[in-house]
Amino acid sequence: MMALLKRDLAIATRSGGAAMLGVLFFLAVVAVIPFGIGPDLNLLSRIGPAILWIGALLASLLGLDRLFQADREDGSLDMLSMQDWFGLVLTVFVKSCAHWLATGLPLVLAAPLLGLLMNMSGLSTGAVMLTLLVGTPAISFIGAVGAAVAVALPRGGLLVSILILPLAIPILIFGVSASYAAVTDPDPFWPPFMILSAIALFFAALGPVAAAAALRGASD
Amino acid sequence: MRAIATQLSGRRGESLVFHDIGFTLARGEALVITGPNGAGKSTLLRVLAGLLAAETGSFRLKDDDGADLAVADHTHYLGHRNAMKRELRVSENLAFWQSFQAGDNGGGLTVEAAIEAVELKGVGHLPFGYLSAGQQRRIALARLLVSARPLWLLDEPTAALDKRSDQLFADLVRGHLAGGGMAIAATHQPLGLDNVQRLELDGAHRSLEAGLEAFA
Amino acid sequence: MSDTTISQGWFTSLANPTRFLALSGRILPYLAAAAVLSLAIGLYMSFAAPEDYQQGVTVRIMFIHVPAAWLAMMCYSVMAISSIGTLVWRHPLADVSAKTAAPIGAAFTFLSLLTGSLWGRPMWGTWWVWDARLTSVFVLFLMYLGLMALHRAMDDPVRAARPAAVLTLVGFINIPIIKFSVDWWNTLHQPASVIRLDGPTIHPSMLYPLLVMAIAYTLIFFTLHLMAMRNEIWRRRVQTMRRQAAQAIGRGA
Repeated sequence: MMALLKRDLAIATRSGGAAMLGVLFFLAVVAVIPFGIGPDLNLLSRIGPAILWIGALLASLLGLDRLFQADREDGSLDMLSMQDWFGLVLTVFVKSCAHWLATGLPLVLAAPLLGLLMNMSGLSTGAVMLTLLVGTPAISFIGAVGAAVAVALPRGGLLVSILILPLAIPILIFGVSASYAAVTDPDPFWPPFMILSAIALFFAALGPVAAAAALRGASD
Repeated sequence: MRAIATQLSGRRGESLVFHDIGFTLARGEALVITGPNGAGKSTLLRVLAGLLAAETGSFRLKDDDGADLAVADHTHYLGHRNAMKRELRVSENLAFWQSFQAGDNGGGLTVEAAIEAVELKGVGHLPFGYLSAGQQRRIALARLLVSARPLWLLDEPTAALDKRSDQLFADLVRGHLAGGGMAIAATHQPLGLDNVQRLELDGAHRSLEAGLEAFA
Repeated sequence: MSDTTISQGWFTSLANPTRFLALSGRILPYLAAAAVLSLAIGLYMSFAAPEDYQQGVTVRIMFIHVPAAWLAMMCYSVMAISSIGTLVWRHPLADVSAKTAAPIGAAFTFLSLLTGSLWGRPMWGTWWVWDARLTSVFVLFLMYLGLMALHRAMDDPVRAARPAAVLTLVGFINIPIIKFSVDWWNTLHQPASVIRLDGPTIHPSMLYPLLVMAIAYTLIFFTLHLMAMRNEIWRRRVQTMRRQAAQAIGRGA
């Protein structure tokens, strides 16, 4: 399984890989917001955490459709599916982890730079980074379900986003509310952050099982 | 070790493409499946590999004591596609499958030896995408050599291969059988073997399931 | 090959990568030495220049910031000219030039954004504002990154050349916008003070260090660009040799 992690990371970082593209998309999405709503720094710093979260959500959904599709196109998916149930679930888990390391983690690391552009305070940026660190793996895990369902479909990319966005809304809600709670005084930071962590753990358990079931069914 | 199929039937979409297939393979034996396009050769192989659910019947692997073995763990499946990443080097691709599909008892050639066995010595450091279609197919065959599994399921293994490579492929299968392995192949390539069973799928079993005639 | 053999001037002789490698190999040491020397002189002059009576010592950021911004635009212009070379003359080195200039341009753009941010903090009280000049430079940065991603996304550099060239030329619209953004819009960023129709408004004690630094930056750019082009040519040769090796093994077997 370590070999699978290494292989997926190698593919993502070789030429033509998707590792850089997610961050670039994140950068571009967040950068167009001030064009739309105007360069009012106070307003930007107030809505900054939400913008960063929405940008990160869209950027992590962007590459999800390739999670299993690339393996299906070259036939590797057959070999990955030829395992017992536990092996397949573990395979999906490892592939989701590799996907997060290649596309999710760079988003977390890029967040401070964008926080600067959004005129966010250090505390606010730190809170967004922490919540993204917990929240983006949850998106990758639940996204694996959508990727598995849409694996055999043409134009799966848009479909995956449509399928996964409703499921990702709780992640967004608690991620953003925890980020705001860190800077607005009376609201406590920990309760929404704990719920976010619970969602992440729940999705880490549910996502691979559901995705494995979908892959078994989608085989043709 | 034996491979036993009983009363297998499988379908593609709504129609049954074959039914009531049964055979028994012992160590060192091969089964060649022939038939026109659309007769269900690929479907049958995918059912045997466990990638598709059989409509009826079962396919089992039994060890010498008669105990069931997990088909997925003792079988190599070579489909139409090569299961290799264009971006990765040939040796990286093979090393990945070697560790991912490692058998219980180890065995199998080293990556270098497997590349040599398909007569492509020296391509290990090249990205897989640089190879020609025939070379890619030969590397896909090399995947079966890097981890030892007794049953080979081969779907048109000689597609994109020239005459020379056909011969190379036949030698590889013969070596595998001589070592106590089994092979089930959908191919029109004569393997030059003594103990070959033949299974002709004619596609004549195609029929709609009861109750679905209304949609026909 | 028919159209390249019509005239055998020095320009077409440069089209031969081998000649280019030989010539650039001879020029490079002198160019690098000149770049280091002018940078040393420029830095010395920058620190010898008088402090601004309002800004104090922070004014020295200007000597790093302003030439970096100039170079960010010049580098894109080099890429645009190279792209014309790719599309019109099919010059084999034009694509190499355009591709290798992108990371260098991105680095200069990032340097100007970074130093501008450091300068803006004490002057404007914030790291970043979304005014026309800063925003258009940021867009330039994004375009550099996008072009780099496009080049990375295709494993065959020859096929990536034309789409990348078209995109580079379309993006050239941004360069005049950056240059004139301070004149067209009311912005926090100060207007041009060196390159103006009515002559520079900046005091000579600051103008001369600035100009020397600009020369130093330009020399650094050409040194890095030549080195990157040589690397890219070698990289493509390795790639070709690997493909040939793959074919040779197939034939020999």
